[in-house]
Formats: sequence, structure tokens, C-alpha cells
Amino acid sequence: MATLELSVSEDVIVASVQRTRRLGPLFWTATGWMIFVFAVAILAPVLPLPSPTDMDMLERRAPVSALHWLGTDGLGRDELSRLVYGARISLTVGLFAPVIGITIGGALGLLAGYFRGRFETLVVGSMDTLLAFPPLILALAVTAYLGQSIFNLTCILGVLGIPAFMRVARASTLTLARREFVIAAQALGASHARILLRELLPNVALPLVAFFLLGVAVTIVVEGALSFLGLGVPPPISSWGSMIGEGRESLEIAPQLAFIPAIAMFLTVLSFNLVGDTLRALTDPRQGAL
Amino acid sequence: MTGAPLLSVEDVAVDLPTPRGNLRAVDGVDLTVGAGRTLGIVGESGCGKTMLSRAILQLLPRKAKLSGRVRFDGQDLVRLAPEALRKLRARSLAVVFQDPMTSLNPVLTIGTQLIETLQEHLELDQAAAKRRSIELLAAVGIPAPEARLMQYPHQLSGGMRQRVAIAIALSCEPKLLIADEPTTALDVTIQAQILDLLAREQRRRHMAMIIITHDLGVVAGRTDEVAVMYAGRVVERAPTHALFKRMHMPYTEALLAAIPKIDAAPHTRLPAISGRPPDPTRPLKGCSFSPRCRYVARRCHAEKPLLAKAESSDHEFACFNPIHVEAGVSA
Amino acid sequence: MTAAAAQSSRDPLLSVENLVVEYALGGKTVHAVSGVSLQIARGETLGLVGESGCGKSTLGRAVLQLRRAVSGRVLFDGQDLTVMQGDALRLMRRRVQLIFQDPIASLNPRRRIGDIVGEPLVIAGIKDAGRRKQLVRDVLTAVGLDPDLVAGRLPHEFSGGQCQRICIARALVLNPDFIICDEPVSALDVSIRAQILNLLEEMKARFGLTLLFIAHDLAIVKAVSDRVAVMYLGRLCEVGPSEQLFARPAHPYTALLIEAIPVPDPDVRPAESVPVGEPPSPIAPPSGCRFRTRCPRADQRCRDEMPELRTVAPNQYAACHHPLT
Repeated sequence: MATLELSVSEDVIVASVQRTRRLGPLFWTATGWMIFVFAVAILAPVLPLPSPTDMDMLERRAPVSALHWLGTDGLGRDELSRLVYGARISLTVGLFAPVIGITIGGALGLLAGYFRGRFETLVVGSMDTLLAFPPLILALAVTAYLGQSIFNLTCILGVLGIPAFMRVARASTLTLARREFVIAAQALGASHARILLRELLPNVALPLVAFFLLGVAVTIVVEGALSFLGLGVPPPISSWGSMIGEGRESLEIAPQLAFIPAIAMFLTVLSFNLVGDTLRALTDPRQGAL
Repeated sequence: MTGAPLLSVEDVAVDLPTPRGNLRAVDGVDLTVGAGRTLGIVGESGCGKTMLSRAILQLLPRKAKLSGRVRFDGQDLVRLAPEALRKLRARSLAVVFQDPMTSLNPVLTIGTQLIETLQEHLELDQAAAKRRSIELLAAVGIPAPEARLMQYPHQLSGGMRQRVAIAIALSCEPKLLIADEPTTALDVTIQAQILDLLAREQRRRHMAMIIITHDLGVVAGRTDEVAVMYAGRVVERAPTHALFKRMHMPYTEALLAAIPKIDAAPHTRLPAISGRPPDPTRPLKGCSFSPRCRYVARRCHAEKPLLAKAESSDHEFACFNPIHVEAGVSA
Repeated sequence: MTAAAAQSSRDPLLSVENLVVEYALGGKTVHAVSGVSLQIARGETLGLVGESGCGKSTLGRAVLQLRRAVSGRVLFDGQDLTVMQGDALRLMRRRVQLIFQDPIASLNPRRRIGDIVGEPLVIAGIKDAGRRKQLVRDVLTAVGLDPDLVAGRLPHEFSGGQCQRICIARALVLNPDFIICDEPVSALDVSIRAQILNLLEEMKARFGLTLLFIAHDLAIVKAVSDRVAVMYLGRLCEVGPSEQLFARPAHPYTALLIEAIPVPDPDVRPAESVPVGEPPSPIAPPSGCRFRTRCPRADQRCRDEMPELRTVAPNQYAACHHPLT
């Protein structure tokens, strides 16, 4: 009877115009940089780089040369190599900490938004309590008590990120759980687990992932700040933050030692922010049927 | 009709750029509304009636391209400067939208919204504006108007909110009121009251009115003239009585037939129109209604029919194979 | 209870007995449904009509146990749904389905149509993917959609009317006995409404369904229903056969609804609407007859005594102290 024609309503059209406008050259440059940094960080061991820990006291704070593409730092170590290996650390912490946030926070938010009632009050209350702690002090306390290590650092930053993810997931779930397709699933006799996993999760995932990218950006900066203060990753491991911290001593004679890692961090954080922001704008529920 | 009409829409077209190509939301529409008269614009979703009202009000989305003229009270709105246009709004040209929850500012009290409008456009002082606001609220049938001034939109029911929206629209004594689906979101008993209110106020103020709706029942008893829109064009325009009793467009006939009638017996099969309105980004070469028309002829697929006059000059239709027409008259 | 028992002489498929549904809203209680009893016979379509806030949607959801009632029973094929839990209830759900008002919101925007229509089969435990696919194809064809073109797409690619067809397909795939249609055509265009209503009638005949058709549009309700129940502020005002009820309404509210319908005929002058004001809130319904605040015939008795459904004509019942007939 009805032949199929793809439907087009005016709102979807106007929205899709705005959507394509956002994926402009800026977005693709940012994505390109992200991919580049990741690739370089992952491939670091196989790249023809000098070791980041090899000290050469004769070549301290050397300028750019054929041997050292970005010069050397205060202890004669190759700057480029340190930058690349530093990326590994910054990105590791930057990625894994929010992973803790998105899994635990996302799950809590999803469950709280779906089941409501006392469970929700409990979850929201405990998250609020966690948020009430000044995060840096908490990080300091934990590292002082448990010692500095990448693992501890990642864990503490991950835990501190849980409330934010919980909020995003819960907000999304609250809107969705009232929509008819969820009620339809309930009317079909679907179990709670099935509704959470098949109906709600695929819809909540997009805003969560968009938020995740923003979380990566924030974590890189926070880790950088902690390492800058000497409270993040322990030496001899160095991340971009600790490189900036070490470069602080040579600011007058060799300012590039502080600026190069700072620029790298800036570009990476900016890229994550841009991509995350774009994805978040795309997942705005008002636009089309997303 | 003596003198020039109050509103004259001349060959208005609205184009929206989309990734799928150009969307012609309104495809060359001509309409007129005389002072004190009511025009009903009827059509289903996607026919362009909302875009047309936005075009008249000069409230189109930024990417939209408008062509043609909109003459109101002697001025061409399309070429009017923004400041002059702003002054024109509320004072001469007012609008009531479908959803009063979104057309009223939720964080301002009713009183603030009314009084601000009055102060802005009529330059009344606070006390005079407040008095006038209370009068207006009473006129639209809101009980205890002084108390309402302090309330927020969410504290009122849908019907009440729509009355407030109408009060705001009427506050500056406009010459033309455009009501875009004013009762679609309301219950049927409230709908009747709101429509009566609009009719009463229109008679009292000798105001022109355009009612935009998808419901033929709404326009039947309450308009002087009806224009039926389909796929961005006006396909039939006639005085109300003539449109319902002697329509010429197959679409009008089909639309009327598809409405369940209260005096029909239960389980009578409704004469549904098969298919769906065309994709506005892929306009058809011939008549837009041809894939669904039961009187379709070969010519309908090949050429687009233009609006042409029937036996009387007020009745126009766009069809190569019209109904209820004596021999020798066709588009 | 006598009126309810007398409503249907045939063996009823669904029997609602004195259902009361309330819920909390910001500290106050909303009396959505306050003691409704009705019966639907096998193969019948009962139309349930009323304006917004009357509780008809809540009643529909309560019948399906999507919202638990405070008191009362819902007997489906003799079994009380209100005391069922867990697996027994889930089993029952296969026989009772629901179609909603907003067809696009009723479909998960991230899942493909084939998955959505097949979901009931998965929940019902049909493991064979091939068999599921075939059932999905059959039901999509039955509602007038080409499965090859439709099954792989996402909901936002379809219009409202097509989405409603998909929802109907999903409701039919398990071959249920009873479908509750909650405003199924209100969100659709006029020309599409007729298509969907015809489709529902067709499916009813083909699958041997019993329907509860909830709507606020009287003309639509009359077109598809055998009997109609009119609801106001949580209570039933009048129940009777469609033709009879509309020709000779007994309850003043029914008459008011009929009068308010805009008739697409310019010769019919719209009656100057009686300024009956706004409906009261279900949080604080009026004492006695709930319609008395808007009823031109109300008197002291209406304030003191809540009217019960009483026979006013053969098979027609009205809850009014001063019925029209």
C-alpha cells in the first residue's frame, strides 16, 4: 500500500545544515592532531629516538641540532624523545582516569536515573559529598599516604571524576526513561537489565562519550599541574607536566624547555576540547531525532 | 472590496538550503486579507503554512531566502528597516502561536510581560499600563485578573495561558492578528471558547485575522475566506461557503472526506488519501498532488497547474481536472 | 458494581473493577483514576474518551500494570493482573500490547526497525533468528511496509505515519489478544489519520483483536468503537453503544463534548460556547459529582452525593443525578 519514501521534515533539515557546518576544518585539524599524538605515543618504542633517560652532561640545554631535533634539557637528555615519552604518560593518565569515571560514574548515573527513589538519593548524596572535598588536597593526601605512582595517580584522578560522569549519565537517563520507547519496552515485559542495556545505554552513550573527551582534556591538565608541583608522576618518569616543572629553573637561559611541553599540552588539550565539544553539540537531543 | 487590502502577499517564496538540496518551503503564494476580514489557511504539516506565516511576520530562520513582496498597510515589509519593522509589530501586526508555554516567557510574571509590551509600544506609564493589563485580562475571560498579574505561566492551565497570549497580542490594538494553530494544543471544550474569544475580539476591534490550522472544522464556521495549501502552494482559495460546498480541488475534497464525521456510523471505512506529501527537496515536475489524486490525468504529471479563477473571481484553484466545474472552465 | 456487571452480557476479556490510581506530585496527591469499572467483551472495541487530565491514559497504563493501582482489580481472561508479579506478569504481557500517541518517541532512535519489531520475540524467548526474521517480515508486510526497504533503517528516517505503522507492527508481532491504543492518531496529519484508522480496523479483523481505544477526539472514537465510555476527572460519566450515545447523550458532559466539536460544514453555525470555564485539578477534585462546577444542571444533591453509573437506556449508563434523557 504505502510506497516507502524517505521522510524529511523541516526541523531535521535545518538541524542537519547546522550539523555539517560544525564539522569544519577546525574539527578535522583537531582530530588530526589527536590521532598524530596517539600514534606517536603508541609507536614510541619503535621510533628511531634516543633514550629519554640517557643523560649527556656535555650537551646540556643544547639548541636544536641534527642529533637532537628539539635540543636537550638541563641534564642533557633528548628533548624530543622526552616529549614523546612524556606524551605516553600524560595520555595514559589522561585516558585511564576518565575511563574509571565513565564506567563507574556512568553506571551509577544510569541506575540512579532509571530506578529513582532512595537509591537515587543515596547515589546523588554520596557524589555530592565526594565533590565537596577539595580535589587537589585529596590527591595530595592520597599520594602522601599511599605513595606516588602512576597507578595511584590514575586511580585518584579517576575517582574524582566519577561525580561529573554520574551527573551527565543521570541527566540523560532522566530525560530518556520517560519517553515512550522505554515504556513500550516495559509493556513488552522486558527485564530491567534489558531495558538498561538495549534501550537506555545506546542513547546515553553518546553524550557520555562526548563528555569523556572533555574529561581527558581536564585530566591531562590536572595531571600536568600535579606533576608540575612535583606531586604527580614520580621521577625518573616524566610527563609533560613534570617537564614544564623542570623547565621552570631554566626559564631565562633556555625557555624552550618549559614552552615546548607546554605547547604540546596546550594543543592536545585544545584538540580534545574541540572534538568533545563538537560531539556534545551533535548529541543535543533537540537536533533531529538523535 | 473597496480600496487596497490590508495585507497583500505577492508571489512570496521561501527557500531553505539543506545538504539534500534546496527546500522550497513556500512556492509562490499570493494572498490578500481585507481589513476586518478573516482568512483561514488550511494544510497539513509540511505544506508550508507555518513558513508562510513566518514570512509575513519577517521571522524566518537566518538561512532562509525570501522573495516576493509582503505589503501591509501600504508598506512592503520585506524592504522595511528593522527598527520600523519592530515598531510595526505589536502595534499593527500581532501573532498568537500554538504552544503558549513556549511563547510566554516562563521566568517573567504575566503582569510583567503584559505591562512591558504596553509600555514599549504604547508608551504608557506603569500605572496606566497596569490598569490596561487588568482590563485586557478580564476581556479575554480570565477570572481574578489582578491576582493573575503576579502569577507565572506555569501556574496557569493551557487554556488560560493561551488567553494571556491573546491578551498580549491584542494589547496594542493590532490591525491584523495571525493565529498559528491557536487551539491545536488545547482540549476541545477549551478550543471552542478560545475560538469564540478570537471571533468576538475581532468583531469588536474590526481587526483582520488569519487563522492557520490543519483542522477544516475550525475554519468552517469562523472565516470569510479559506486558502488550502499543499506542498508550498495555495491550491484553492475561495469564500468559505463556496469552498466547502463547491470545492474544485481534488485535494480539498479528499481532505474533507478523510475527516471522521460525528454523524457517520461506526466502522465505516474512511476514504483515506493514499501515499504521503512529496519530499520538499525533490519537487515533482507536474502537480504535487498527482501521485495521490484519484482524478489524475496524463497532463497532471507533466505540467504544474497554476492558480486560475473559477466562475467567480473570488474562487481560484490550481488543477487540470477539477471537480464541480461546468464544461469549458479549467486551469 | 451492578452497572458494571450489567455492561456486558458476553464473556468479557477484560474486566476492570473499581480501579483507583493515585500518584504523588510535589507533595500532593493526584487522583488520576477514582473508582472506574468497565468491561470489554472479546472482539469488541471500547472507545474511552475524555479531555486532558481525565485519567484515561493513566487508566490504560494501569490496566497493563505499568502503573500500579492503589486498589481495585484488573481481570484479564479471568486472571487478576494486579496481583501478578515477575514471570507470570511478563507472560501475560505477550497477550496485551500498547500503542502510543507519539509514534516517533515510541521507537528507540538508535535501533534499527528490524530489531525494534523483533524485540518482543526476543523477550518472549524465541531463539531462532531466522524464524524471528520471518515473523518480522510478515508483520511489516501486514501493516503495509516493505520489509526490505524498512528493516535496516533507523526511526528518524520515517514520517509519523510510517512510525505508527511500525509501532502497530511491533504490537502485533506476538499475535496478542488485546491492544490498548492510547491516542494513536492524535499526533498525525489528517490525511494520515484515516490511513492508520483503516489499518487498525483491518488488523483487528485479521488478527481477531479486542481493542481499548483511548482518544480525546469524539468523531475518531465513534468511527472505530462499538461502545464508548466517557471519562471526566477520574470517573466514568457515561457508557453506551457508539451510535446511541452520540445520538442521545444522557450525561451533560457528553453533550458538551459533542457540541464543542468543530464541524467542517459552514452551514452549521458553531454554537456560542457556554462559558463553562476550566476543568478543576485532579489534585483537589470537587466533592460529589466532579462535573458539577461546569454543569448548568448542577444542584445541592450534586454537591453532596457522588453519582453512580445507572441505566438510562438499554445498554446505556450515565453517572448523573439529572441525566438529559
